[in-house]
Amino acid sequence: MDRAEIDSRIRTLIEPFNKKDVAVTDATTFAGDLEFDSLTVMDFVAAIEDEFDIIISMNQQAEIENYGQLVTAVGTLTQGQA
Amino acid sequence: MTQGVNEADRPEVLEGDGTDLFSKFDPVIEMRRALLDSGVTDPFNLVMERVLSPTRAICNGRDTILLGTYNYMGMTFDPDVVAAGKQALEDYGSGTTGSRVLNGTYQGHREVEQALCDFYAMDHAMVFSTGYQANLGIISTMAGKGDYIVLDIDSHASIWDGCALGNAEVVPFKHNDIEAMEKRLRRIPEGAGKLVILEGVYSMLGDIAPLKEMIAVAKKHGAMVLVDEAHSMGFIGPNGRGVAEDQGVLDQVDFVIGTFSKSVGTVGGFCVSNHPKFEILRLVCRPYVFTASLPPSVVATAATSIRKLMNGAEKRARLWSNSRTLHAGLRGLGFTLGTEEPQSAIVAVIMPDLERGAAMWEALLREGLYVNLARPPATPANMTLLRCSLCAEHSEEEVQTILGMFERAGKAVGII
Repeated sequence: MDRAEIDSRIRTLIEPFNKKDVAVTDATTFAGDLEFDSLTVMDFVAAIEDEFDIIISMNQQAEIENYGQLVTAVGTLTQGQA
Repeated sequence: MTQGVNEADRPEVLEGDGTDLFSKFDPVIEMRRALLDSGVTDPFNLVMERVLSPTRAICNGRDTILLGTYNYMGMTFDPDVVAAGKQALEDYGSGTTGSRVLNGTYQGHREVEQALCDFYAMDHAMVFSTGYQANLGIISTMAGKGDYIVLDIDSHASIWDGCALGNAEVVPFKHNDIEAMEKRLRRIPEGAGKLVILEGVYSMLGDIAPLKEMIAVAKKHGAMVLVDEAHSMGFIGPNGRGVAEDQGVLDQVDFVIGTFSKSVGTVGGFCVSNHPKFEILRLVCRPYVFTASLPPSVVATAATSIRKLMNGAEKRARLWSNSRTLHAGLRGLGFTLGTEEPQSAIVAVIMPDLERGAAMWEALLREGLYVNLARPPATPANMTLLRCSLCAEHSEEEVQTILGMFERAGKAVGII
């Protein structure tokens, strides 16, 4: 799966959580720009985990602050998958 | 109003515009200031001037019914329990001044651990200085680097802090969602160690977990299972061993975490287990090793209380009866509750917002009733709750009095 495909699938997933229709770029932050609270984070992470059949542990989530970092992390986590 | 001179969250000096390490607390200070400026009594600064019984205290000079103390079985003034504590104070002194692994294990510590083994019919028991430390110690020690902890998102702070203190990968799932838990377990890499952490009763809403189904899934995926039964000990299950016993799966639980500060009626925490290597934890668990052990009077009261709880069928029946009466009564008055049916001795009344929750809390206090005000971020879904915990020693008459207080306060504040 290339970065463009991952990006496009995450963009679809983020829509229902992007309540204020913020224009999402790689630099868009979840806590600051998108104003995700902890409950939103849990639901959003669960949606991504289910979509890509991966685990993003809390430890890994702590390193992900913006959209670009998330796409990169999902890319790493899905490597080697069929 | 409060008599406090220095209040932790209202610093006296707020001069200058420089920032320091405390600046990160400014949003909390501001939220509290706004709440208190509205004129309500500080809900987090209550002083009990005298305690009359497990269900009564003098607060602000007023005789107050206690409905938020987790003193489920009313053991705090049990004559045998108090006598055991006094005797131990006489015989062993006021404190051990030492770690359990050095000079801090007295006869009483052994006896309370034996009482726990007998209560749960398990091989091993390890007593910590608080329930918080039991979770902190067991979780952080057992799940190490490369291991996975799969836990309910509504887990207690002590469980989260146990995760934070350790080095395992932490994977939460939606509250009581068996399928969400199963998916996460399935995705864990082959060969990694797995620990599933559940609670019998979740203390915010007073709901119980479907342990039977969840533990079956955990075992299918080769995980060890830890269940925190802090809010069920003494009155849920045929022998009061908790929700896992009630659902017939206690033999599938690898570790039960519990506390002395609820049904047992003093302070302390514990873990019981049948694991053959369990005793090694005494040497490798830092929150157990690097702290002083419980005072002799505390372990003596705990041991006496635990042995009495084994024969507490009558008290258990009274507690359930009280819980059912309060739950049905509050529903009848039109309050929104945390559970459809009473599932534990906690009845959570959902408030529309923090302001009206605080106003309701204060109105109840003026009526002579103490309940817990629980607010975000401690609560699920950012709810404001008035949490009621019943006691076996509440009389039927007191429960009716409590309902009258809720009705008057609820109408005065405009919630019902």
